[in-house]
Amino acid sequence: MEAILPQLLLAAWLLPLLSFVVILLAGARMGEGGRGAGYLATLAVGVSCVLSIIALVWWLGHHPLGGHGGHSEVLTGDWYTLAQFESLRFSVGYYVDSLTLGMFVMVTFIAFWIHVYSFGYMHEELHDVHDPFVTGADGRNLVRPGRFHRFYQYLSLFCFSMLGLVVANNLFMVFAFWELVGICSYFLIGFYVERPSATLASNKAFIVNRVGDFGMIIGLATFLFACGTLHYAMPGNASEHHPGLFSIVKDATNQLQDKNNAASSHEGTPTNVGHEKAGGSSGLETANKIERNRALTPVLLTLAGLALFCGCIGKSAQFPLHVWLPDAMEGPTPVSALIHAATMVAAGVYLVARIYPLLTADALLVVALVGTITLFLAATMAVVATDIKRVLAYSTISQLGYMMLGLGVGGWVAGLFHLFTHAFFKALLFLGSGSVIHACGTNEMPAMGGLWRKMPWTAATMLVGCLAISGAGIPLVIGLSGYYSKDAILAQTFLFHRMNPLFGWMFYVALGVAGVTAFYMFRLWFLVFWGKPRDEHVAHHAHESPRTMVAALVVLAVLSVVSGWTVPGTSWGITSLLEQSRVTPATETGTLQSAVALRIPDEHASHEHTIHAWVSGLAFLAALIGFGIAAVFYGIRWLDPEDVRQRFRGVWELLAQRWYIDQIYDAVFVRNALRLAAVAAWIDRNIIDWLADHAALSVRRLSQWDDWIDRIFVDGAVNALAAGIYDMGIRLRRWQAGKIRVYIMWIVIGIVALFIIGTIYLGIGANISRG
Amino acid sequence: MILAGILSPITVTHYLVVGIILFVCGIVCLVVKRNIIAMLIGVELILNGANINLVAFSSPQLFASGTAPLLLDGQVFALFVMILAAAEAAVALAIALQFYSRFGTVDVDQGGQLNG
Repeated sequence: MEAILPQLLLAAWLLPLLSFVVILLAGARMGEGGRGAGYLATLAVGVSCVLSIIALVWWLGHHPLGGHGGHSEVLTGDWYTLAQFESLRFSVGYYVDSLTLGMFVMVTFIAFWIHVYSFGYMHEELHDVHDPFVTGADGRNLVRPGRFHRFYQYLSLFCFSMLGLVVANNLFMVFAFWELVGICSYFLIGFYVERPSATLASNKAFIVNRVGDFGMIIGLATFLFACGTLHYAMPGNASEHHPGLFSIVKDATNQLQDKNNAASSHEGTPTNVGHEKAGGSSGLETANKIERNRALTPVLLTLAGLALFCGCIGKSAQFPLHVWLPDAMEGPTPVSALIHAATMVAAGVYLVARIYPLLTADALLVVALVGTITLFLAATMAVVATDIKRVLAYSTISQLGYMMLGLGVGGWVAGLFHLFTHAFFKALLFLGSGSVIHACGTNEMPAMGGLWRKMPWTAATMLVGCLAISGAGIPLVIGLSGYYSKDAILAQTFLFHRMNPLFGWMFYVALGVAGVTAFYMFRLWFLVFWGKPRDEHVAHHAHESPRTMVAALVVLAVLSVVSGWTVPGTSWGITSLLEQSRVTPATETGTLQSAVALRIPDEHASHEHTIHAWVSGLAFLAALIGFGIAAVFYGIRWLDPEDVRQRFRGVWELLAQRWYIDQIYDAVFVRNALRLAAVAAWIDRNIIDWLADHAALSVRRLSQWDDWIDRIFVDGAVNALAAGIYDMGIRLRRWQAGKIRVYIMWIVIGIVALFIIGTIYLGIGANISRG
Repeated sequence: MILAGILSPITVTHYLVVGIILFVCGIVCLVVKRNIIAMLIGVELILNGANINLVAFSSPQLFASGTAPLLLDGQVFALFVMILAAAEAAVALAIALQFYSRFGTVDVDQGGQLNG
């Protein structure tokens, strides 16, 4: 019976690949303008969504919710083994727990609605496209054939890659699909390939991700070296001989803790240590294990975990590699929604959650710090941005920072819970902004305003999205999805603050940014939908979006509201689903010799009622203040934002320039790289080319000499021989005249000559005369 | 002295002299004539000169005992040569006919087509 689950997931995973292959081969011929490709891709991802839901239901039937975590139920195995070198196996396999299934359902569900939405949004691509952003040499705008089918082709590949990453049971497979996700984002961000800005943005996304992936490769290599395997865990009885990463790390840290305990109580029980040693060294298997664990020192484990986290920094757009994500807005809006909500950036958070048992407390502290810095920086950038999609992009980075913070402070469930709820409301917000852009033809919020009359559905669903991301709700009673997930993270951070007072500021930053989040989201909403139209042309042009787009918005709005809730009368919900597969970090206390005593709090401790009441009250207050400020500036316009901007010109400039991070990268890395490239080019042109030219020249000269020698001596000898033979032939020819009488003459002369010679030398004549 | 030579009894040497005369006549005929038929006649003369020699060398006078068991070796060889000559003549005449039909002449010097 267990066998059905991997097969369901395999089908759900491979269907988008099938759709990709079919569209790749026959895309342009599938209906008018490639419309059939859209139907096929949507059908594929829809069916995989249904299969994922069936798998989840089946799983819940066998593993009922409600139990406490820590002993997570896992179904793992290999579908296909590429190669096996002793304990190291490269394979395509599955690692299924409730997190995997939850991600499957979430990814396919959101992807399905984005597919549906794209029918409306991308309809221009069905026929020739008139691109107003590209101007040819003749001053006219570019007209190109539509690429509807290609859009869906990449969407399918994207879904396939993301699902592969989620289902993977080893880091090798994760890395392969990690890169596939990267290349898909490259294709989709650069979908309008004729626009230079899109090409640059896709290059930037790809290159910045490479920087993170470099660290990830180092992490992979380290684990490979230290543990001899890249599988999370081995199925069934194979785990005895070849344990997976999780159990190896667990062994190592347990042993370490035993040693620490023994060292601290060394005086009391010296015999105990000796006993442990004697017991541990029996048998080759145990000896191997000890050997392996000796390589896995806490420092190495921390560094390896951080190296893997580098990949997550790149993929999930964390500081300092967040720079690619705002530029990625060059892609079509459904792509932004897909990247930001369900797939690419979620991959980084997912991987951190997946490798959680490999991360030490010290590594988690770094994760939390990176998250805090990111959530603060991105939120401040969002405050001054005027491009509607960029505001959402910064808010995505900021929310991802929250997730990393949540994971870093020990809130495994909290961080992932926010990943799920964020996926719904961020998809909603992006699709809503797509609807606005579709209607207005511009991304600039100052040119919009008063659109709620024209687009009531979009305005209402966007409002729901804004409320959800701000964490709106009645404290302790009920709230939107963001209310629950953000509170969970904040509560966990608060607990972390209590245990490690030195890092208390992280809680206050996160709390303050919750207010900033409310501010910039409502700033967006008020600027776009509230007040009077600021641009007559845009307002006149605006209209409600087609039904496919509105349908997706409504569905996602409903989920943004309810995804934080539990089923009435039970404790079933996303949190209890995640709770089932909750894991603990490799170490819960700091292992490195440092001045700071670090302790990661247990997640259950933050469920304490008083903490929750306090934190959610504070968070609500912060959000309310943020909303209030936004309303004062942009809602009732009691204060003029322009005025404030003039007053704080320096700060505004700093934020508008994104803390000059792009400029710093430009000055430090890009310029220097270009300079280095220029030097290399100069060396290439002037030294290497000179060498190559002169080498070629001397070879040419040498060959000229050689040619001369060849011509005079070698050819001369051969020609002379040939000429001599020719001459001889000419001379001998005279004797072969074909005159038969001459031949006979010679025969006669020859016979006479023979006769004379015979007479003289052999004395024949003498004998005859004697006879 | 010539008279003495003529009057002296006929010996092997006489036969050999006749053979040589015939042989030389044949050679001269071959070398001098351009007519293919005349050259064939010259070949026949050479063969006959050789035949006379064969018969002459089988003479009993050349044996120390003065007698020989049968002494027909030369004659037999001469008969073989005649048969061969007949066969050769048949072939050569066929070639001559072909030659004539191709070149319209029997002058062998005209057949220099394969001359390099």
